[in-house]
Amino acid sequence: MSFEKFLFYMFAIILLGAAVMVVTRRNPVHSALFLVLVFFNMAGIWILAEAEFLAIALVLVYVGAVMVLFLFVIMMLDIDLATVRAGFVRHLPLGVLVGAVMFLEMALVLGPKHFGLARYAAPEAAPADYNNTAELGLSLFTQHLYALEIAAVILLVAMIAAISLTLRKRPQTKRQNITEQHMVKKKDRLKIVKMAAEDKR
Amino acid sequence: MISLSEYLLLGALLFVISVAGIFINRKNLIVLLMCIELMLLAVNINFVAFSHFLGDVTGQVFVFFILTVAAAEAAIGLAILIVLFRNRRTIDVEDLDSLKG
Repeated sequence: MSFEKFLFYMFAIILLGAAVMVVTRRNPVHSALFLVLVFFNMAGIWILAEAEFLAIALVLVYVGAVMVLFLFVIMMLDIDLATVRAGFVRHLPLGVLVGAVMFLEMALVLGPKHFGLARYAAPEAAPADYNNTAELGLSLFTQHLYALEIAAVILLVAMIAAISLTLRKRPQTKRQNITEQHMVKKKDRLKIVKMAAEDKR
Repeated sequence: MISLSEYLLLGALLFVISVAGIFINRKNLIVLLMCIELMLLAVNINFVAFSHFLGDVTGQVFVFFILTVAAAEAAIGLAILIVLFRNRRTIDVEDLDSLKG
């Protein structure tokens, strides 16, 4: 077994074990942390498949942003673990059965008979000066520029939607009205009263 | 050398685990969202593997867009979850029946 193959199987086994832990843990915080482990191992496998930019993007975007968002939300919500876990054992046989049938069907198609090395020979390793990021950027900014701009708009819409969904106005809290403060004139606040001077006693 | 079918079977296994996770965690919305993330990851590994074996970088471009959409989906899903929890004080899927569905 070559070192590359050993690495692939090590990453794959840890990844699948962590994925099982994600779906079976009682505590959602543990699930989120195991999901981080899944993403790390997937990044390793993508590096083996010479997709270096995407591997780093996976770590930065998912581990750095999405999982932190998940952890924030889990800790903000006060979840009652007992009710959340009810029905776990009851649905387990059905989930395992459906999963096993799906995997057997997929394995019939995706097995070594159709997608093995005999059919799809392993590609030559890329030369040392091959730059995956440059290749990806070249394709992204020439052929797929329109799709890239749509992706940017999707992210903008998601940001606006998330902010506007969770923004709330609380009527009972006191706050400044900045516009009114700026619009105020001297005559609104200052009152000059004319009066006769008092006599000295 | 690692064959294409090994990558594809790994993706299939990950997808199957997340489908089973959706079945057994059907009361917990947060873990359901995590299972959807796992499913998208299982799809992405197929794109990366085919891109590697066919020598075409377009598969990786597609993964890039899937990552974008998945991040947007997670952000909006969690925002909806927060609003839901604020209004109903629960995230149990069984209690979300006010539309009488």
